[in-house]
Amino acid sequence: MKTTVLLIAGLGALPLAAQAKTDISWWHAMSGANAEVVAKIAADFNASQSDYEVKPVFKGTYPETLNAGIAAFRAGQAPDIIQVFDVGTGVMMGAQGAIKPVAEVLKEGGYSFDKSQYLAGIVGYYSTPAGEMLSFPYNSSSPVLYYNKDIFQKAGLNPDQPPKTWAETWAAARKIKESGAATCGYTSTWLTWIHTENFAAWNNVSWATNENGLAGTPELKIDSPLFVKHFQELADLAKEGVFVYGGRTSEAKQNFTSGECGILTESSGGLGDIVKSGINYGIGQLPYDETAASAPQNTTPGGASLWVMAGKSDEVYKGVAAFFNYLSQTPVQQYLHEQSGYLPVTIAAYEATKASGFYEKNPAREVPILQMSGKAPTENSKGVRAPNLPQLRDIQNEEYEKMLSGQQDAATALKNAATRGNAAIKDAVGG
Amino acid sequence: MAEASPFAARGAGRLVAHFWMILGVIVVAFPVYYVFIASTHTTQTILRPPLPLLPGPEAVRNYQDAFSGGISKIGGVSLWRLLANTTIVAMGIALGKIAISMASAYAIVFFRFPLRMACFWLIFITLMLPVEVRIQPTYKVMVDLGLIDTYPGLILPLIASATATLLFRQFFMTIPDELLEAARVDGAGPWRFFKDILWPLSLTNVAAIFVIQFIYGWTQYLWPLLVTNSNEMNTIVIALKKMISFADADTPWNLVMVTSVLAILPPILVVVLMQRWFVKGLVETEK
Amino acid sequence: MRRTVFPHKLLPWLLLAPQLAITLIFFYWPAAQAFRQSMLREDAFGLKTTFVGLANFRKVLADPAYLNALQVTVLFSALVAFFAMGIALFLAVQAEKVIRGKGFYRTLMIWPYAVAPAVAGMLWLFMFNPSFGTLAWPLRQMGVNWNPLLNSTHAMILVVAAAVWKQISYNFLFFVAGLQAIPRSLIEAAAIDGASRRHAFWTIVFPLLTPTTFFLLVVNTVYALFDTFGIIHAVTGGGPGKATETLVYKVYNDGFVNLIMGDSAAQSVILMVIVILLTAFQFRYIERRVHYG
Repeated sequence: MKTTVLLIAGLGALPLAAQAKTDISWWHAMSGANAEVVAKIAADFNASQSDYEVKPVFKGTYPETLNAGIAAFRAGQAPDIIQVFDVGTGVMMGAQGAIKPVAEVLKEGGYSFDKSQYLAGIVGYYSTPAGEMLSFPYNSSSPVLYYNKDIFQKAGLNPDQPPKTWAETWAAARKIKESGAATCGYTSTWLTWIHTENFAAWNNVSWATNENGLAGTPELKIDSPLFVKHFQELADLAKEGVFVYGGRTSEAKQNFTSGECGILTESSGGLGDIVKSGINYGIGQLPYDETAASAPQNTTPGGASLWVMAGKSDEVYKGVAAFFNYLSQTPVQQYLHEQSGYLPVTIAAYEATKASGFYEKNPAREVPILQMSGKAPTENSKGVRAPNLPQLRDIQNEEYEKMLSGQQDAATALKNAATRGNAAIKDAVGG
Repeated sequence: MAEASPFAARGAGRLVAHFWMILGVIVVAFPVYYVFIASTHTTQTILRPPLPLLPGPEAVRNYQDAFSGGISKIGGVSLWRLLANTTIVAMGIALGKIAISMASAYAIVFFRFPLRMACFWLIFITLMLPVEVRIQPTYKVMVDLGLIDTYPGLILPLIASATATLLFRQFFMTIPDELLEAARVDGAGPWRFFKDILWPLSLTNVAAIFVIQFIYGWTQYLWPLLVTNSNEMNTIVIALKKMISFADADTPWNLVMVTSVLAILPPILVVVLMQRWFVKGLVETEK
Repeated sequence: MRRTVFPHKLLPWLLLAPQLAITLIFFYWPAAQAFRQSMLREDAFGLKTTFVGLANFRKVLADPAYLNALQVTVLFSALVAFFAMGIALFLAVQAEKVIRGKGFYRTLMIWPYAVAPAVAGMLWLFMFNPSFGTLAWPLRQMGVNWNPLLNSTHAMILVVAAAVWKQISYNFLFFVAGLQAIPRSLIEAAAIDGASRRHAFWTIVFPLLTPTTFFLLVVNTVYALFDTFGIIHAVTGGGPGKATETLVYKVYNDGFVNLIMGDSAAQSVILMVIVILLTAFQFRYIERRVHYG
């Protein structure tokens, strides 16, 4: 009984809104170690000035956070800042009355927004075709190749030389399986993001018309010959048992950390778990197809960005601007980059990290940056955008799974994925 | 249990029954055991499956870590606060549901009034429709009523379903007419009949519903996530989800497993304690 | 039909009021909103809204994916309800047969019920993922090519098993309570009559359990229809292909993930109709034959 009384007394002591400060709510989907990073950044910002108080709130997975935001917006209670995953970008961009472009918020807040100070490959993904930044990239990553050095050694492969092309990757994977060094040569997370969207950018082939949807309604081109060739190779490897399918999202990482598979393609953000698993790993750039004329081009980011919701007071927008300005300062970006493994947003932060010697100790952290900013992006490699990207990925996954289980060949799978996807796009735009 | 069940088997039959029970328990309870085992290993071991089937050497360290702030570092609020919130929500849902559903089942079974069956159906078809499907409008209601970040906001929408009402109705209908007749002859009104006769007879059902609803409330995730904007109001399942990242971030798997054990323990305790009630309720029915 | 009742007129309404109020606010109001939304075409944020009448319904019903989900749901629900209730009843009877350790068994049996779905999803991944699952590994060693990620049948077995596992405890609890509520005189009389145990079970015990069975049938069907999408979400994500995509999973995926509001609302309305028909059917035809001991 006594404890109950204490509990209830404790509940009365809920912290009331700080008196003079303006509260800024920030809904996010960061879990694990990244939730701590969010909390620390907010706390540091709050301590750095006395006008605003940023309050981060965990709202579940990415889809859960987005839905919470939508429900709240419809009820007139939207948060000030909401973190939305990459595939939700199209939805947010379409919601003209619901959001306020970040470039505008910064300008009104008295901060200059100079595009040239930001890493083009990342900021470009979250901007209008005209170059206006719509959302603030918070966490970005890009797919890279991880390999198990011990397994490479056992299979008679050079453990200091990751495969550069898909052909080399397949050869290495086959050798791993045949030599018995491991039961599985190669596995990959995210066939949609890595083998479809990034495959297109990295090999400079079109994912869809209208600059992959950035300039208008896209029509999918993922059934073109280079895709068919690549996916048929994957299907063949799956049949031989060299490639093992791990699932639609990040599950395959476990096939690698368990030592079952010798090679993995996965987000650069997945590094943490791989390091913790204690595997003797190496890292390389995402393989490209050597038959593609201008490969390797550049890879595109995945992750999430921070959107500012419309209809807030000027006071709130000023606070948001101050917070984003704080967020883009070099030490903050450097902390975010080194701590969480996500890519820095500004060039200055990258240079500072480099100068600090961080990459010499952690070469894996630099690979995705080099990969993303090596060349100026083409219309095939700025990123992909569709009003219904999650649905398109669902469709692709379904067709790929049918292909991998031997029910259809790559040409059919990609043809179906493109046809069904285009019908879905038409439907989404029509509404 | 003073007396053997009338179903009790003899000799070999009893051995066979034991065999099946042991098998059933192994299959059914294994995953719970599995969490416990995982909570005694390092993150590295957990990340390199298959997981061993015996407890590891890290038990003390993991639990110490979790209690000395490992969980609150990520959850943003102390472990005790999380457990207190979750207890309040689970108790509120369990007791609230028992109260309102017993009352409505009592009205439907022991009274005659216009629209009685219409009311029953009105309530009964709400067995369906999970929270995910009705998120937006329900959320809007909560905002309009000012229930965001409050305990009633966490509790009320979750006692809306009709499962318990249906169960009490089913049970009340098995009460023989003679019992009610006798009570009325003695001059008992609705309250005395309920208090002296129906309530004692219902104890088993109340206990069962309590267990079920307590656990239902304890394990909720999506709704608490939506209606709380303050870390102070988080439940332990939200904190748990916040620790787990399958995708990009490091996940402290050892702490996740400890938190899972802590999230499972209180409902199990409730089950164990309520067992006595079952028995008591049953003995009283036998009289 | 009960013959004796209390004569009060106002009291029953007072007793019903709390439940009715909560039901109206938290069920009927959202349901009416879903109905309204099912006639609209709108973007996620509700900024552009057009009235389209029944177009969403026509579209959903003409979609082969929807018919597939319907088939999957029927198969899935039947399997889950049958196994979850069958296994629970069998174990409840075994539990009554033993004398020592009854409480011990019963306690352990209820454990999974205490596991939050969020934890359960993680557990199933750790246990049954084809390559690294602790329990999938021995299966592979035995030469079973266990691959629910690509084999539809394996995927269905896995989600049914997970759904059944979550529900056994609940059913077990009720069957045990039901068995214990059966008057011992009846069973002893059957024993004196020399009826075989099996015969006595099916002719005396099982009919007396019908109120419990009926209640559980309703609850299990609703459970399989609605409450399992969390498991499907965690275990298979509806795949491979669309092999484990049930109606509710589709509602969730279309509305919650893909944000196609009109389609999703139309599907929820269809679901509500299905459940109303189902419960009405169960009441009319099954309850009539239920014995109330």
